[in-house]
Amino acid sequence: MRGLREFVALRRRRTLRTVSARYLAARLLQIVPSCAAVVVVAFLLIQLAPGDPVLALAGEHGDPAYYAFMRQRFGLDQPLPRQLATYCIRVASLDFGVSYVQGRPAAEMIAERVPATLVLTTTALLLSLLVAIPLGILAGRRPHGAADFAVSALTVAFQSTPSFLLAHLAILGLALGLGLFPVQGMTTAGSPGSGLKHFVDIAYHLILPALVLASQEVAVLARLTRTGLVSELDSDHVRTARAKGLVERVVLWRHAMPQVLLSLVTVIGARAGHLLAGAAVVEIVFGWPGLGRLMLTGLQTRDTPVLLGVFFVISLAVIFANLLTDLLYAALDPRVRYR
Amino acid sequence: MRHSILVSDIGELPTSIQAPVSGQGTFDPWRTRAGALGLFLTLGTLGLGVLAPWLAPADAAAISGPALSPPSLAHPMGTDAIGRDLLSGVLLGGRTSLAVATAVVSLALVIGLSIGLLSGFFGGFTDHVLMRVTELFQVLPRFFFAVVAVAVLGPGLDRIVLVLALTSWPVLARVVRAETKSLRHRDFVRAAEACGATPARIIVSELLPNVLPGALVMASLLAGQILLIEASLGFIGLADPSVVSWGTLAGQAQELLRVAWWMPLFPGLAISGASLGFNLFGDALSSHLGGR
Repeated sequence: MRGLREFVALRRRRTLRTVSARYLAARLLQIVPSCAAVVVVAFLLIQLAPGDPVLALAGEHGDPAYYAFMRQRFGLDQPLPRQLATYCIRVASLDFGVSYVQGRPAAEMIAERVPATLVLTTTALLLSLLVAIPLGILAGRRPHGAADFAVSALTVAFQSTPSFLLAHLAILGLALGLGLFPVQGMTTAGSPGSGLKHFVDIAYHLILPALVLASQEVAVLARLTRTGLVSELDSDHVRTARAKGLVERVVLWRHAMPQVLLSLVTVIGARAGHLLAGAAVVEIVFGWPGLGRLMLTGLQTRDTPVLLGVFFVISLAVIFANLLTDLLYAALDPRVRYR
Repeated sequence: MRHSILVSDIGELPTSIQAPVSGQGTFDPWRTRAGALGLFLTLGTLGLGVLAPWLAPADAAAISGPALSPPSLAHPMGTDAIGRDLLSGVLLGGRTSLAVATAVVSLALVIGLSIGLLSGFFGGFTDHVLMRVTELFQVLPRFFFAVVAVAVLGPGLDRIVLVLALTSWPVLARVVRAETKSLRHRDFVRAAEACGATPARIIVSELLPNVLPGALVMASLLAGQILLIEASLGFIGLADPSVVSWGTLAGQAQELLRVAWWMPLFPGLAISGASLGFNLFGDALSSHLGGR
């Protein structure tokens, strides 16, 4: 671990020199078209939706003059490009409309659910790193050995298992069967404990969903660590390090792992969408009150503003995860020179 | 067993494929344990999918026994809440799920190959524009996009296929582009150019055959992913209720989890098996092509 710390400190010193202001500006500017694409897609979907919203609001067999009034009131008489512009501005100011069911701003309902999803995803991500890196090292140090075979088999199996099946098996086995964990929810019903007690309660409810969500990340990250390590250990600089007579621990952490960890950074960023999708399914199975759960409620009650709001927020999260990854990569890898 | 990075997660092949033309030996997945298992599972799933109407003991939509009966000789996988035979459901539902996966992968292959080849061959401005477009599609979160699309447009296999294909091709396009770029200035392409071959001819008869294997790796891994996503969509209740698929079966199981353990288990295992097959097959092909 000491090698890892040194590596991080070393890279931190180089940060300011490598990420130029120009690159930063250019990369930040790239966000605009990405966000616009997401909004346009949502707008097109709404346009394609069957049924006339005015008929839905004002009822059929109504007065044509009233229809015209409604159209004007909601801006539906405007040309499509203008409607799109209005829509973009609204979404950009985080106005996702009012929930059909609750009559509250959808943005407000979404904001309430974000923390739960964040807690679940970050816990799962940390857990998966804690498990995946040692597994990957175990497998990668002796390629084609018994440990490698076991890890490979395990990871490819996890990768091919739908998360709801895993969640079901976990509930059946560990929660209902052995009674080790609570089956559902984020807190114990009827105990609004405070402070530390509350925290422990949430942590206890978090374990199983986080484990299930982490398992899929473990599969990907362990494989990546393993493959990266195999090719690093085979490289000239590692051979040189060994020839110098360095201890294996130093060879591993100072010479081989930095590059591997770097590739982990990119993949974690690129998988933000997968992670959130997995979280949605896990939240639904475990009744975890996050965005996924909100999405399901929105689906069942046909609450389009809430659904679209969740879609926007998730897209935004993915876009920012990509941005963060790129910047982090530029900062960590001194070989990356940007125009 | 040689193992490669799951290229689908990084969006590019681990290392540039070295001239996957001829002279590398033929691809024989039976040689490795993982490859053989992958091919066996893939062929098995596809075979069962094709033969399902003849193999299924009952009509998947018809009531054929007592409700919620656990696995027995008459119903090897048990029955569901209204007494439909689950084995028939898994067999016939697999057909639907595989059809969805095939359609998505074919569409994504067509778009991804076209964009990737054009981008890689012409370079410059064309490349720039096409890659920006690719990036735009790449940021759309696949699962949530599908959820919103089905919610707004109503359930149906066509829109699921369309949405999944629209969000799946960028990865393919990027792999194909990278490959094309690395092959662009090889001697055989130059020779064709010197002979006066048109760009269209070079792309189709010189470059396409060489980037195809790499694209097939991605396609195989994509198929495995699509099966999981289709199932997840069905699980949250978005599958077309009029067609049996692994997704709808998973969705029905959700509410009966504590009553009928066989209802999530067997469709889930079928999905896992099929997905595992595609993943292993893709990996075997990838390491044959010289991925790390």
